[in-house]
Amino acid sequence: MAFERNTQETYYDSIIKQGYSRRDFMKFATYIAAYMGLETTMIGQVAKSLETTFRIPVIWEHFQECTCCSESFIRSDHPIVSDIILDKISLDYTLTLMAASGHQAEAAKHATMEKHKGEYILCVEGSVPLGDDGNYCCIAGRSAKDILIEAAEGAKAIIAWGSCACNGCVQAAYPNPTKATPIHKIIKDKPIIKVPGCPPIGEVMAGIIVHLITFDRLPELDNIGRPKAFYAKRVHDSCYRRPYYDAGLFAESFDDQNAKEGYCLYKVGCRGPMTYNSCGTIRWNNGVSFPIQSGHGCIGCSEEDFWDNGPFYERLTGLAGFGIESSADTIGKVAAGVLAGGLAAHAIAANVTKRKELSDRIRRGKANEKKFES
Amino acid sequence: MRSKNYKRVYVWELPVRIFHWINVLCITVLATTGFIIADPPAILSGAEASESYWFGTVRFIHFATAYIFFFNMLLRIYWAFVGNRFANWKAFLPFSRKMRKNILHVLKIDILLMHDKTNDVRNISVGHNSVAALSYVALFIVAVVQVITGFGLYADNSGWWLPDLFSWVVPLFGGDFMVRTIHHVATWFFILFTLIHVYLVFYHDWLEGRGEVSSMFGGYKFVQEDRLTTEDIEDLNENSEEMESTPAETSPSS
Repeated sequence: MAFERNTQETYYDSIIKQGYSRRDFMKFATYIAAYMGLETTMIGQVAKSLETTFRIPVIWEHFQECTCCSESFIRSDHPIVSDIILDKISLDYTLTLMAASGHQAEAAKHATMEKHKGEYILCVEGSVPLGDDGNYCCIAGRSAKDILIEAAEGAKAIIAWGSCACNGCVQAAYPNPTKATPIHKIIKDKPIIKVPGCPPIGEVMAGIIVHLITFDRLPELDNIGRPKAFYAKRVHDSCYRRPYYDAGLFAESFDDQNAKEGYCLYKVGCRGPMTYNSCGTIRWNNGVSFPIQSGHGCIGCSEEDFWDNGPFYERLTGLAGFGIESSADTIGKVAAGVLAGGLAAHAIAANVTKRKELSDRIRRGKANEKKFES
Repeated sequence: MRSKNYKRVYVWELPVRIFHWINVLCITVLATTGFIIADPPAILSGAEASESYWFGTVRFIHFATAYIFFFNMLLRIYWAFVGNRFANWKAFLPFSRKMRKNILHVLKIDILLMHDKTNDVRNISVGHNSVAALSYVALFIVAVVQVITGFGLYADNSGWWLPDLFSWVVPLFGGDFMVRTIHHVATWFFILFTLIHVYLVFYHDWLEGRGEVSSMFGGYKFVQEDRLTTEDIEDLNENSEEMESTPAETSPSS
């Protein structure tokens, strides 16, 4: 059975056993170090660490999700990346990819949880529904919440894969019927690495795993808990169309000449300026492209509540409670108009009601004018 | 009929006036560039990006002006502690019964346009009236919101420690989207405030004829002679140097 692998085997051993050459291994170390944002002198450390550390057991839980995170992962650039996840990190339990099923699979998971208590990494893909006692997502007869709490208890660290696990994604969109809840709102006492995105970039996922095994500690996280190496900059700041933005050259619609020229998609709703991710630098599908390069604005999939933040193809500032169509500017213009009208009415009323004071003052002023120089 | 005897009172000191006009310029520039950034005009051209940088320049003006706006605000806060009684922070918050009474009076006379039964000179404020003062407190709060959200959005573009002090803002609101929405909506409060503020300044100048409009240029307002040395001036009297030249023998108003 796949789960009876010898975990006392280093990453390097198993990579070589898999049929890769040492040269392939070094290429991988160089490549992943670059993605992790390390400088070249650190490549040796990455290689050495992969040669000497034993594989960390990983339990990968799937809750309310679409498996796009796993899909993104197994399609990441370098074959070793997917190998390292699927084989080398000893993925002891993952619903989508394991060979075992039913009681066997659950038994294997519990065996790992007991044997490696306090050592294994828990990867969570998907949010956890808390509505109706968690009945919206049950696996092996237990609710996602129970499974998560049980699995998290012995975990060394938790990686929240994708927007579902980080902020709830589409199933947490208003009105959130299942009360889909991100991981950090349920598990409070474990270090959690958030890797938002729908899905996250495969190389980002691999980079984080390699960072964990190379340095035996969490990558540096920002104040939301995302690795700084991948989420420190807005997509906008690394976008190849950024010069068009600075030049004020924008596509007005997706079929105009400006769009054909490849101008900035800011005015057709691109969320790049509000989205923290590395799509602009790492890109997708072996670095082939990313949404903006393919002519579609960023939808901000790695940002919290991106489904609720208005239409993807409009750059508007909506206001909750005023209806979807009314933007802040419409309301502002109406308010300013009403106010101006009110002030004009007030001005007229003031002149009418205070006419006595006014005429008195004018009379006194005129009298003084006559006395002047006399 | 005798015309009333007016005395010139130095109300708005030079730093207050400078603050006011810098603030006016900053808000105008920030709102204009802000709306351009939010919804840039459509330009149809075959230009290449390397040929121009106007949008970047608009953003630069917005950021540079934001710094001026911010430091100008800090200066005003400083002056709220060292300036004269009309600039003092205490003049803005209705701590005293007198100021609370003044709120009602202003609402009745100036907003609802009712008439005073008795003619009490003390009802006419020399500095800010209490309602206006509260509106400046509200404006200050909105300005703080703009500073926090603005620097919050800007923090990531900058390596300087000052904007970085605001790097907690975006995580607090869950993302840039909400921060930007607040920043955008708050701009409208400045516009609505400006409409009301300018109208009421004209209103007071027109109906009271005490130099309301020019006071923000020259600093002086004209106050009825009876008004000086009445008890309400005395109970505010912390730094009365400016008043020393005025005749003290006028009888208190009955």
